[in-house]
Amino acid sequence: MAEVELRVKPIKSGTVIDHIAGGQALNVLKILGISGTTDATVSVVMNVESKKLGKKDIVKVEDRELKEEEVNKIALIAPAATINIIRDYSVVEKRTVDLPDEIVGVVRCQNPSCISNTSEPIKSRMLVKAKNPVLLRCIYCEQPLTERIADYLI
Amino acid sequence: MLKKRNVLSMREFSREEIDSVLDLASSLEPYARGKKSDMLSGKILALLFFEPSTRTRMSFETAMKRLGGSTINLGAAEASSIAKGESLADTVRVIGGYADALVIRHPKEGSARLASEFSPVPVLNAGDGAGHHPTQTLLDLYTIKKESSLEDLEIALVGDLKYGRTVHSLAYALSLYGADITLVSPPSLRMPEQIKADLSSKGTRVRETCELNEVINNVDVLYMTRIQRERFPDPVEYSKVARSYRLTPESLANARENLIIMHPLPRVDEISPAVDATSHARYFEQSFYGVPIRMALLKMLIGGDN
Repeated sequence: MAEVELRVKPIKSGTVIDHIAGGQALNVLKILGISGTTDATVSVVMNVESKKLGKKDIVKVEDRELKEEEVNKIALIAPAATINIIRDYSVVEKRTVDLPDEIVGVVRCQNPSCISNTSEPIKSRMLVKAKNPVLLRCIYCEQPLTERIADYLI
Repeated sequence: MLKKRNVLSMREFSREEIDSVLDLASSLEPYARGKKSDMLSGKILALLFFEPSTRTRMSFETAMKRLGGSTINLGAAEASSIAKGESLADTVRVIGGYADALVIRHPKEGSARLASEFSPVPVLNAGDGAGHHPTQTLLDLYTIKKESSLEDLEIALVGDLKYGRTVHSLAYALSLYGADITLVSPPSLRMPEQIKADLSSKGTRVRETCELNEVINNVDVLYMTRIQRERFPDPVEYSKVARSYRLTPESLANARENLIIMHPLPRVDEISPAVDATSHARYFEQSFYGVPIRMALLKMLIGGDN
């Protein structure tokens, strides 16, 4: 933990997402909608040692308290992630992530013949059929998605 | 009674709901054979076929007209607003304003569900790509019920079990009736693992073999499907497979007396025309049963209190 402290200093307020599976931090940001042109102050630490996971990533988003429904979607690729809400340098809330029953507009269907992969005015919709391991099913073509979910992030 | 607004996928049907459709179809059969009716008088069914179809389109038209309703037709997609790049969502919103229900066949999987999200009126899926074709499955079940029995059924599904959409939905529906299913296909056209796992998880006994002759004498129903030439890169391999999956009166010599043979049609070489004259052939009856089944669905969805 001491080594992590040296890499990124504690934040005053905002959200710290810890215990992200090693290498997935950028995908986590993608799911959260924090992309290249964001104004937010974001720190990303990747592939540091973790007793629990071997290697883990950490994401710190300053001055923004991520809501439960925003964060739960990251369970798709980082099921062990923990969310810490920080106010005035202390953790005021700590929670784990839990996938919702349906995920809209986050993962595209892997079936190239699916109507959701066309220019129709709809968002992808995936039902969560199982959480560990994750099993998604496209609401349109009913194609399941279980492996390499990160490859299908929109 | 059917509480649905749309008919999109067999997955949405419970056994009780299937039974209620089959029972209603049975009571409507006299009308399918020509008895006069005005049950759907004044109602309009819109047919949106973005892909060619003969029997599905015509049997929907027949069902509607025999019950006193009328139909409007999108016609060839090239000659419609689709050719101008209109989305399916907009097309169904517009045509849904002209009709009391929509029947849709479209090459993209999931297109019927999309249509149901935008249509102001009920949507019936008449085949969405390699996806679902629930009215075919319902008429298959109706055929089995009428010509054989859905109880303690031993059935073999034969042919292209990988790409054939009809056999996937049929196998799923049969699992609701506890049928004993044998899958007969060449190794390259086996039923996808996911679907087999789904069947087994429902407690259905599923066996797999490549040899049609092993199963002919041990089943109540042989459900034949077409093996498409284009699935085989090697024409020699295709003709070998096609020959081994061909039914002839000789191959049926030791079959159960009450065996019935079904096929969603069109057939190519899978069933010799000589089989038509045997007591086992039921594929033309099966094709006719599409009319009472579609009548039942239309009556349930748009028939009001009649």
